[in-house]
Amino acid sequence: MTTTVLPPYDDVVARYEPVIGLETHVELGTNTKMFCGCPTEFGAEPNTQVCPVCLGLPGALPAPNRAAIEATIRIGLALNCSIAEWCRFARKNYFYPDMPKNFQTSQYDEPLCVDGYLDVEVDGEMVRVEIERVHLEEDTGKTLHVGGATGRIHGATESLVDYNRAGIPLVEIVTKPIPGTGAKAPLVARAYVTELRDIIRSLDVSDVRMEQGSMRCDVNTSLSPAGSTEWGTRTETKNVNSLRSVERAVRAEMIRQASVLDSGERIFQETRHFQEDTGDTRPGRSKEEATDYRYFPEPDLVPMAPDAAWVAELKAALPEPPRVHRKRLQEEWGLTDLDMQSVVNAGAVELIEATIAAGATAAGARKWWLGELARRANEEGIELSAVGATPAQVAELQQLVDEGKLNDKLARAVLEGVVAGEGSPREIMTARGLGVVSDTGALTAAVDEAIAANPDIAAKIRDGKVAAAGALVGAVMKTTRGQADAKTVRELILSRLGAQG
Amino acid sequence: MSDLTRLTAAELAATIASGDVSAVEVAQAHLDRIAAVDERVHAFLHVDTEGALAAARDVDARRAAGEELGPLAGVPVAVKDVLATKGVPTTAASKILEGWRPPYDATIVERLRAAGTVMLGKTNMDEFAMGSSTEYSAYGPTNNPWDLGRIPGGSGGGSAAAIAAYEAPLAIGTDTGGSIRQPGAVTGTVGAKPTYGGTSRYGLIAFSSSLDTPGPCARTVHDAALLHSVIAGHDPRDSTSIPQPVPDVVAAARLGATGDLTGVRIGLVTEFGGEGAEPGVMAAYRDSVEALTKLGAEIVEISCPHFQYALPAYYLIAPSEASSNLARFDGVRFGLRTGDDGSHSLEEVMSLTREAGFGPEVKRRIILGTYALSSGYYDAYYGQAQKVRTLITRDFTSAFEQVDVLVSPTTPFVAFPFGSRTGDPYQMYLADLFTIPTNLYGGPAISVPCGLSEGLPVGLQIMAPTMADDRMYRVAAALESTVGVLTPPAL
Repeated sequence: MTTTVLPPYDDVVARYEPVIGLETHVELGTNTKMFCGCPTEFGAEPNTQVCPVCLGLPGALPAPNRAAIEATIRIGLALNCSIAEWCRFARKNYFYPDMPKNFQTSQYDEPLCVDGYLDVEVDGEMVRVEIERVHLEEDTGKTLHVGGATGRIHGATESLVDYNRAGIPLVEIVTKPIPGTGAKAPLVARAYVTELRDIIRSLDVSDVRMEQGSMRCDVNTSLSPAGSTEWGTRTETKNVNSLRSVERAVRAEMIRQASVLDSGERIFQETRHFQEDTGDTRPGRSKEEATDYRYFPEPDLVPMAPDAAWVAELKAALPEPPRVHRKRLQEEWGLTDLDMQSVVNAGAVELIEATIAAGATAAGARKWWLGELARRANEEGIELSAVGATPAQVAELQQLVDEGKLNDKLARAVLEGVVAGEGSPREIMTARGLGVVSDTGALTAAVDEAIAANPDIAAKIRDGKVAAAGALVGAVMKTTRGQADAKTVRELILSRLGAQG
Repeated sequence: MSDLTRLTAAELAATIASGDVSAVEVAQAHLDRIAAVDERVHAFLHVDTEGALAAARDVDARRAAGEELGPLAGVPVAVKDVLATKGVPTTAASKILEGWRPPYDATIVERLRAAGTVMLGKTNMDEFAMGSSTEYSAYGPTNNPWDLGRIPGGSGGGSAAAIAAYEAPLAIGTDTGGSIRQPGAVTGTVGAKPTYGGTSRYGLIAFSSSLDTPGPCARTVHDAALLHSVIAGHDPRDSTSIPQPVPDVVAAARLGATGDLTGVRIGLVTEFGGEGAEPGVMAAYRDSVEALTKLGAEIVEISCPHFQYALPAYYLIAPSEASSNLARFDGVRFGLRTGDDGSHSLEEVMSLTREAGFGPEVKRRIILGTYALSSGYYDAYYGQAQKVRTLITRDFTSAFEQVDVLVSPTTPFVAFPFGSRTGDPYQMYLADLFTIPTNLYGGPAISVPCGLSEGLPVGLQIMAPTMADDRMYRVAAALESTVGVLTPPAL
């Protein structure tokens, strides 16, 4: 491989105009598979969730899952698509060892949902991404190569196939080409996938976890010289599996294509793979000729004709779009655009919402999720929702603070216990003996001790320098290991020294 | 006791129900008959002696316990080897599935078991149901009990021959382009293709999904109707299964047996006027039309102008679907695997497996279908064939606005000698000339014996509108009441 010097990104976007397009696959969270009654649970023992239908055994026939069709229509409606009055499944014929029938039951020229759009916000600016189609298909199994050093087929002595995933309903969402985004192309791609993920999550039809493969993205990228009216040849970067990688993959592919074009060569239409470690894309297996999928209408399934009244009902029952929802929450919570953005970026919208629903104030809820808990999630490199605290626990914690039973410092210690799984905040407070001490009898001794140990400060306070009381409060807090109620301590100090607060 | 194998299914059921014989005795009589003659007939690929006797014992025990049993309880049935039978070898007469024992039963097999019928075994057929003579079975042909040197029809030659040879009173066939009716005609038995979607395809190893239809084979129309009513009905596991009640075909067969067809309008397809058909076949056909007239039927000539394109349309649609349906036979998960010695790539193992596992007719159709579906040819071939299919459907719809049923000869020729048509696929394909239009339309059709030509059976085909299966049974039973049941020479 020859080493090429890649041009800087700013230079690329100054000379070339990108066109991007995204194909996103979402595994639906239905209880059963697309064409049979097998369960869809993630992570089960290999080949334990299979039957003659999803194994493609001779004679087995598909029977469609209505819940999957409904979920697809809801996704289509949420993306402002038209729902076909009549459509069909088709067979996509190709060979792959983890595809039981050697054809995939999919949709081809008659998809369930067409012609929609999704508005996404990039740097405070709205970009409309047009949706070409949303269709339903079945997932394939997974191949595992064993015996080699890398887990790849090269060098492996055996290949094992797990068909648990085969037949899980998969929705494919295809955008139209998105031109005119210039230097923002990588950000638009990321914003689109993020927004799409939020929408699908709000519909409660998939857990949309990119790291588990329940949401996977193929990114198409092409470049044409600035000012040109013709689009360049596109490449397809397959199975990009994080939001960050979507952005990086577009950027990397733009830079790579620019370097190829700069050297006077052509871009080949090909499949590429994004490398998480290096951040560049590499070509997939070269194909000697184009695959001919020999599509034809699936004769084992009768055409689908979604009832108009049903579709209207589904449309009426759609949840508020995440973008609108967020706007409303921002107003309710009294946040600036920037504050709201940090809430969104931290993945804390739903958590804060739930915490408020459990009785906390907006400020209180936001403080814990964005402060202590977000820091922990960041440190451990996990999702905020996986950090170990529930909205109900956070609400309870804040309630204890509001009641004066915990101060900020103690609350942090209690939260440690919550995250460690020690129980509810109230239980932890009791068990660890972390409650605020506001009993004057118990505090008087500590106050007197502090006065005796700091005669200079005590004298200043007696002389009316009330502000100096803070130092004595600090001393008391120290001896009570932070458990004293600061306000009570201050009052005690002033009254013992005969000063007016 | 007279020879139990000579009784009809209805008679056997009545005899068993009366307690005169046990289901085990009936099963044993048929197993003995198979042991005596099947070496010469070769109707069976697998005889499930133990399974059959166990099922028969179960029926006897349930009857002894006073349980109410269905109208075919204890009656033996043979099943075409293209239907999945749990734990019982199922090969579709292909080497690629040699020794495969499915982990599940086809819906029809489930229904047969639930009805208390006794499955004797799996019958021979053309490989993957592709053929019109059972000469393409990977396990050797079936011989026609009327003349062991002649073909028993195809693809369900084994099922038809088993019945004609008194090895079984009933059998299940599947009809994609005539594979129940055509063997029925050349073996002198009754074979019915129900309305497409009227019988479940779940567990039927697919040849052409939009055409395949399981149905009954029997020696009498009444028996066929009894079996039809046991296997038919909606199956949620088959998306193309029709969620409607099954027409009362048994009552229709009884009504027809009275020999009165007054008020029934029967259409003769002008385009099936006899070109390409043997004179003896046409003579028997004309005689049976005459007989139907005498029973009171009104005869009307009907033109179906697009029927002439049925054969070419069929030979694009069926292989196209087959090329896709058979893609799963790749040596990865079940059946034959060849070349898996570590020296071949995955693609090579698949190639070698298919090379060794598929016979010549199957390969021919896979190649034909792959070509017809390939990009650039789809519109010219598959797409065009689907348009022809629509036109043929319109011909039927308009015909059935004028008449109740259509009739024609079932086959253009009587059973031919082995090897006489294998050299020329087109000559072989002509055997299904009259049966194919109905498959493209989806309506029901039945073949019933209507006489002999040169000492060999000829069948009359009766076609009806979709979900009007009862009409054809009525006319078939009426004809049977005058022609009678044919008896083959002793084996």
